[in-house]
Amino acid sequence: MFRNQYDTDVTTWSPAGRLFQVEYAMEAVKQGSAAIGLRSKSHVVLACVNKSNSELSSHQKKIFKADDHIGVAIAGLTADGRVLSRYMRSECINYSYSYESPLPVGRLVVQLADKAQVCTQRSWKRPYGVGLLVAGLDESGAHLYYNCPSGNYFEYQAFAIGSRSQAAKTYLERKFESFSTSSRENLLKDALFAIRETLQGERLTSSICTVAVLGVGEAFQILDQKTVQALIDAFEIAGEEAPAAEGDAPDQSAAGSGPTTDQGPPAEPDVAPMET
Amino acid sequence: MTIMSPEASSQRTLYPYVTGTSVVAIKYKDGILMAADMGGSYGSTLRYKSVERMKAVGKHSVLGASGEISDFQEILRYLDELILHDNMWDDGNSLGPKEVHNYLTRLMYNRRNKFNPLWNSLVLGGVKNGQKYLGSVSMIGVHFEDNHVATGFGNHLARPILRDEWKEDLTFEEGVKLLEKCMRVLLYRDRSAVNKLQIAKLTEEGMTISQPYSLKTFWGYGAFQNPTVGAEGSW
Repeated sequence: MFRNQYDTDVTTWSPAGRLFQVEYAMEAVKQGSAAIGLRSKSHVVLACVNKSNSELSSHQKKIFKADDHIGVAIAGLTADGRVLSRYMRSECINYSYSYESPLPVGRLVVQLADKAQVCTQRSWKRPYGVGLLVAGLDESGAHLYYNCPSGNYFEYQAFAIGSRSQAAKTYLERKFESFSTSSRENLLKDALFAIRETLQGERLTSSICTVAVLGVGEAFQILDQKTVQALIDAFEIAGEEAPAAEGDAPDQSAAGSGPTTDQGPPAEPDVAPMET
Repeated sequence: MTIMSPEASSQRTLYPYVTGTSVVAIKYKDGILMAADMGGSYGSTLRYKSVERMKAVGKHSVLGASGEISDFQEILRYLDELILHDNMWDDGNSLGPKEVHNYLTRLMYNRRNKFNPLWNSLVLGGVKNGQKYLGSVSMIGVHFEDNHVATGFGNHLARPILRDEWKEDLTFEEGVKLLEKCMRVLLYRDRSAVNKLQIAKLTEEGMTISQPYSLKTFWGYGAFQNPTVGAEGSW
């Protein structure tokens, strides 16, 4: 996209009928790190790539619980995402207080979308620079929605947003027809596979991704690192089909990891090299 | 010290004017049965005799009220707006009886906290997705949920009968008979009761309310025939 004379504020239309500021906001989503979501009839899984800026810092939180039955993964300006998560939590709890009942996720999504739309029609505001993958449960089952900065929202069987999300989408497109009847475990496996696709060959470990799951009879929870690593190991995702880009120094080579080691265990300084 | 202007004089509820008496309701096999007479008393005068004290709320619920009739009408307006906004979402979700009951609890309690209560005792019953629900809310926001509920005198006269004779999965006929038994006792013993009642039935299909009818009463007891025997001059 190039600069033009119609992109200064959000209240200016271009002659072609576009609002450039809104499109630039959607660009911000594409620059954020990847987040994916997929659902079956009874469960929804959210997963995202979580890389920290440096070894010294912790990584940013990209998945938030809004209520026992609703969770959200974000991509883009995480600060905007935090604010919207707070809004979601607030709406959920206020509804629960008045009605003793969980807020139907479809309604929350519409409220979010209307909130985003306001920012596209005020000269003193800017659109939210964050895309939200909202996972939720209501009377009719499990749902996954995507909320845009533009104020649009869509329901999905599976979706991916953020940088290199196309790779994940391609993977999901191949497999989404089976998701409806997938088990919880297979859903998690597919989520991790999809995340791996966005890593372009980098090794998938639980330290660079976050996974959350919610389902009928299971409150929304972010899985802890150990569980995620166990899943990665169990599904043998980490090194499978990886090109020779496995050469970089590993943070930890778990003894029981068992990924296909055509190369043999890498040499560590204080451990005597094993026979190849 | 606040400055009082003439318009800021107290605008809170002090006492009720036109009141309805007990509402009694039970869960039965297919849903909820609720009974209330059609009386609107003005103090001790039984002034209005065609007051409908039970109304449908949305697709899944029915509300019965005792206490101040104008406050009941106000509550119906609040609920009307609530259901309207619920329908406007047009998304397949709808407020069930549990949600309406809780909304009413919040409404009543918040008014009580402002020392300006809606002077009613409410009974909210309904069925949604096969789940039966029956609850009550008082004018101070006390709320209950049970298999059978009642307001006012109904708590003292009807509930003991229901505690003994209510059982799971009553048929419609059994339920009506049980409610009529309760209403008859209330008719004999509650001075504000009138002999013109309706019974509302709420099932998954919706609400139907009976035409008003009267209960048969019996006054031919021996003690009433010659009431002053043994004490001439007394009544």
